[in-house]
Amino acid sequence: MDDIVNLLMGVGYSIAFLTIISLGLAVVFGMMGITNMAHGEFLMIGAFLTVSFTRSGVSLWLSMVIAGVAVAAFGALLERLLIRRLYGRLEATMLATFGLSPILVQAAVLIWGTTSEGVTTPLGNFRVGEYSFATYSLVIIIAAVFLVAGVYLLYAKSRFGVMARAVAMNPEMASAIGINSSRINMGNFAVGAGLAGAGGALIAPVVAVAPSMGASYIAQAFVTVVLGGPGVVSGTAAASSLLGSVQRVVSDASTAFYGTAALLVLAIVLLRFLPTGISGKAGRQL
Amino acid sequence: MDTPLSAAMATPSLSGPSLTRRKVLALSLLAAASAPVMAACGKSANGSNGDGPITIGTIFDETGIQDIYGQSKMRAVQFFVDETNANGGLLGRQLALKSYDSQSSVDKITQYANTLAQRDRPDVITAGASSASREAIRPIFNRNKILYLYGNIYEGGNCDKNQFISGTVPSQQLQVLIPHAVKSLGGKAYIVAADYNFGQISSSWAEKYIKDAGGEVLGTDFVPLESSDFGSIISKIQRAQPDFVFTLLVGTNHLTFFRSFAATGLRSSIPLVSGNFGAGEELKILTPAESAGVLVAYPYLQDLQNPTNAAFVTAWQRKFGADATITDLPMAQYNILKFWAAAVDKAKSTDHDQVVAALESGITLQAPSGTVTMDGPSHHVVQPISIATTNDRGGFTIVKTYDAVPPKFEQEKCDLIANPTVNKAFVP
Repeated sequence: MDDIVNLLMGVGYSIAFLTIISLGLAVVFGMMGITNMAHGEFLMIGAFLTVSFTRSGVSLWLSMVIAGVAVAAFGALLERLLIRRLYGRLEATMLATFGLSPILVQAAVLIWGTTSEGVTTPLGNFRVGEYSFATYSLVIIIAAVFLVAGVYLLYAKSRFGVMARAVAMNPEMASAIGINSSRINMGNFAVGAGLAGAGGALIAPVVAVAPSMGASYIAQAFVTVVLGGPGVVSGTAAASSLLGSVQRVVSDASTAFYGTAALLVLAIVLLRFLPTGISGKAGRQL
Repeated sequence: MDTPLSAAMATPSLSGPSLTRRKVLALSLLAAASAPVMAACGKSANGSNGDGPITIGTIFDETGIQDIYGQSKMRAVQFFVDETNANGGLLGRQLALKSYDSQSSVDKITQYANTLAQRDRPDVITAGASSASREAIRPIFNRNKILYLYGNIYEGGNCDKNQFISGTVPSQQLQVLIPHAVKSLGGKAYIVAADYNFGQISSSWAEKYIKDAGGEVLGTDFVPLESSDFGSIISKIQRAQPDFVFTLLVGTNHLTFFRSFAATGLRSSIPLVSGNFGAGEELKILTPAESAGVLVAYPYLQDLQNPTNAAFVTAWQRKFGADATITDLPMAQYNILKFWAAAVDKAKSTDHDQVVAALESGITLQAPSGTVTMDGPSHHVVQPISIATTNDRGGFTIVKTYDAVPPKFEQEKCDLIANPTVNKAFVP
């Protein structure tokens, strides 16, 4: 019994973790066709802002919200200054965001230093049989569900979401019927950045927050998004569920090394048969 | 697909219509700006035995996932240089630094090692923290005959005429720490180690000493440096219920282990023992609830009570701020430079062979860690080892100090005075 609970908690946590670190990347990729190479650094900024606000006395939960909103605003600014000038040029946006990444890392070193004290995982722990769990793991799982639902509602139901999908499908036609695609793109990028910021904020209490931390999560986020394909919600949810459970089950049965290897092998094999990703095969836009 | 990238590749010639006046201006400015740099590259000074400064080449991971070690080591180098220069330098000459940041990448450290060894040609080089980076650059300095100083705890066994090592090794540190852990905590251990030469070799040492002390190893997990996912390892530890967990984790990513271990509520039931925890800046990044109470053993701890250490800590804090701390890693870095300086003084020269001979003659220093002696044949250091626990003030509480502990395995295997051409890394 407690072994089953342990496995379910572990798998749930792995899936939620992957979802949280890749959702922002998926929005920017799915809605704008842009590969944001600085996504890991957006996570890092979200995490550092959370740590800074918490240290200055703001409650952890409020700090997380502030961090998400602040990174969204930063994303909007960046879209205006940099990304907007490169639309339609895939390599140029990749190079620009790739170049942005070390700049943001170094900026973080200058602002926060390389060794700043993090925040302890809140909420304590609970026991099931012979295992104990960090209660915060449940927060991560619930937050992942809410974020995915939020993104779905935003793009399926809201006026902004409908316009954004129209721009993603056919920019010229969308412009012809009066949608300001420039504003929509700024919105999309801000949402993606905000999700990355919120992701960084959520993982801040469970990882070591450091300027270089983005690099640790970017590879997994990329694999998840590429395997998920263009469907922001369905793709991310399906890919993280698949990869997260395989990684965790294999890690439990052997070692963390084989867990990560299994994740990558599975992604390679699946992409061989589904080159446009899971959601691309299913023809889903969301 | 007509992209700017392919367009640029299709017009390689500068004479195309795209060459505007602005671009010409920009290009010529670039050329003008790079001219002095090129000139500087050309005149690479090889300092040895001139009147100019004696140069020390350094390459450390000042940024990236290993920065918790590189930054503090660089501070130790800076402290040594400033201290020596303030006291009139070495052989009446000032010390100068030529430093590169290897950004926690083995590729970069290899590249800079070649640059240092072939272009800058300093009088001595001290570089690298991780064993992976050390093994990548050691042959480069051998080939170019520049003395290499390694001031870092590592897995032991290196035997190389061109290299001197001040850091502690398992046959020195773990032979003291593990029997103490087994006796005070119990014999069932679970090992979690970084997945590269340091973690692999050190954990086989740990296993040996655990068995020698009458204990058993319930499980060993290796974690890649890039990984920060410890969920499944923590479940396995809970299933195994060991008397203690022995860690050999490295870098920022692995700090997640200590955070998750505490969050899961295991700190109260399973003690942690570590071969390298707190040697870098771990105690600054983790909170006391996560980092306190780990059993460790090091040659140097800031809380050691002796006059040399008291004076050192005062000077260190005057330079780096009243709350600056110093751990074993930067101290090992400082010690190896002090050994080198003493050897240069003794040889009255910075000549490679003369300095090596002086270092092999068995120099003894009164260091902040106590009496330390360079063991000539093995190129390792006989030094004190203190057992301690990390405390909730970000420091260590000393349990017991053993004086003059030899690097046993290295002394057994390695005699570079009798066999100067041996060049290998012995493993148990």
